[in-house]
Amino acid sequence: MYTTDLRTAEEKAAAEKAGLKLAENPESIAELEEIFQARIDADEYIEPKDWMPDGYRKTLTRQISQHAHSEIIGMFPEGNWVTRAPTLMRKLILIAKIQDEAGHGLYLYSAAETLGTSRAEMVDQLLSGKAKFSTIFNYPTMNWADIGTVGWLVDGAAITNQIPLCRCSYGPYARAMVRVCKEESFHQRQGYEALLAMAKGTDAQRKMIQDAFDRMFWPSLMMFGPPDSDSMHLSQNTIWKIKRFSNDELRQRFVDATIPQAQHLGITIPEGIVFNEETGHWDFPDLDWDEFWAVVKGDGVCSSNRMDARRKAVDDGAWVREAATAYAEKQAQKSSAA
Amino acid sequence: MNIYRDESNPLFQYVVGLGDDALILGHRWSEWLSKGPNLELDIAASNLALDLIGQANLLLEYAAEVEGAGRSADDLAYLRDTQDFRCHWLCEQPNEDWGVTIARMLMFSTYQYLRYSALMQSTDRQLAEIAAKALKEVTYHRRFAAEWTVRLAQGTDEGHRRVQNGFNILWRFVPELFETSGGERTLANDGIAVASDSLEADWRETMDEVMTKAGVSAPETSGRVMASRHNGHHSEHLGHLLCEMQFLQRAYPKASGATW
Repeated sequence: MYTTDLRTAEEKAAAEKAGLKLAENPESIAELEEIFQARIDADEYIEPKDWMPDGYRKTLTRQISQHAHSEIIGMFPEGNWVTRAPTLMRKLILIAKIQDEAGHGLYLYSAAETLGTSRAEMVDQLLSGKAKFSTIFNYPTMNWADIGTVGWLVDGAAITNQIPLCRCSYGPYARAMVRVCKEESFHQRQGYEALLAMAKGTDAQRKMIQDAFDRMFWPSLMMFGPPDSDSMHLSQNTIWKIKRFSNDELRQRFVDATIPQAQHLGITIPEGIVFNEETGHWDFPDLDWDEFWAVVKGDGVCSSNRMDARRKAVDDGAWVREAATAYAEKQAQKSSAA
Repeated sequence: MNIYRDESNPLFQYVVGLGDDALILGHRWSEWLSKGPNLELDIAASNLALDLIGQANLLLEYAAEVEGAGRSADDLAYLRDTQDFRCHWLCEQPNEDWGVTIARMLMFSTYQYLRYSALMQSTDRQLAEIAAKALKEVTYHRRFAAEWTVRLAQGTDEGHRRVQNGFNILWRFVPELFETSGGERTLANDGIAVASDSLEADWRETMDEVMTKAGVSAPETSGRVMASRHNGHHSEHLGHLLCEMQFLQRAYPKASGATW
């Protein structure tokens, strides 16, 4: 789906013209950039074969691969509970959810590959620690309510971030996001429903919900990234329409949607979160950005566990991949000899 | 004396056996999640787990209905102890590596394929319907396992060694697959169940075909398990699996008001 060219004839002609111009006159990069920006301003999608500035390519490769890595690493905190899911139905739901995350990882890697970096290279960057993934997955899942909370808050925050990305200027990423968002919305509802079920149970279960919220709420707000005042990528990404809303805008949107949901679950809302009658929004205190940056740098509770687990899966599976490759080569030789 | 042998309700025992096989093998597949050799195989592992646990859900629901004691499928899955499980020893063995996992899947999916194929003719309509649905799934499982057996064993020396190792470890659980209890025999005579021993010839033929293609062989002396699932006997592995799987239901009993 990612390489499907969905452009109209006029759009294709314009892109071709831009390409020809470059071939005839390599000095006209400034002109190409102008055409490129004009297309973005006209809300056109940029497709893999279109000319694009290096910075655009680089930024998107970083963002999409980081997103893919997050999907893959995100399988660990959930996988942590798959063998302990409390009912057959919950077990099926959790397996299907983890499967969806693997699927998201797969098609995000594919979307990123359209920009010219191979999946193997991107995975190497993750394993070497060069590439980052979402900070939230460095936190442990300690009780079953954490699994519901991951669906409700973590996928909820992800959706808030990603719905605008369905209109991002890069076609393959935007299209991948449409499907990812559909599935994530499903996960969010399932997560919330799992918590509703627990809320109807015992005090011990309600305590688990409160505990999960207390631990995960703040880190889920950090998923939107640093405050607008110190985000490095904001302005250029906004001009390129990779990002349509600022971190703080999206964070506020998420808080406003989440607090009433938390109240409905019977959760005690942390001090400092108050409804502001004037603005119509929920005010909340400054986040602990020292914690955020420490986690980004690898000091999260589970940071090294996640990377060790990922490397172990890659190492343990090496012989399987080698055998499969060798077999495919043998088959190819056989059919060319025949 | 076999105090955990229960022949008072042979249909219940039979259906629970089918359900437990699917549940325990599905659980083993779920252990692969996030640890697969690559993303595509991780997704395949979750498909297999979903299919099998889905089958377990249907079968245990039906078993609960047959029993008529007010228990649910979840009660059967989460609140029985080891000795009341009726899964085959083959299903409960640990995954070890991808080679052992694939060898086991070839052995058991071939068995399930034959068993469900025959069960489609059951005079018990519900059982026949579940079998028809499950057969579609295990047809794919068998193909997947057969392809990977050949791919690994014919790919590299290490692949060959690891798959052969899987068959070496697991072959001693083969005789149990065809052990036919008295209750099962009676049900089979009535056209309800499939006598396990009736599947052996076809199973050996199919296995031989795939294993020959892969260049692996059954170990010459593999022995057999001197214990029976019908008496509630299991390997030590099942107890640990259940400790993990049943933890929440045991720690927060529904009798005390817990809901999941």
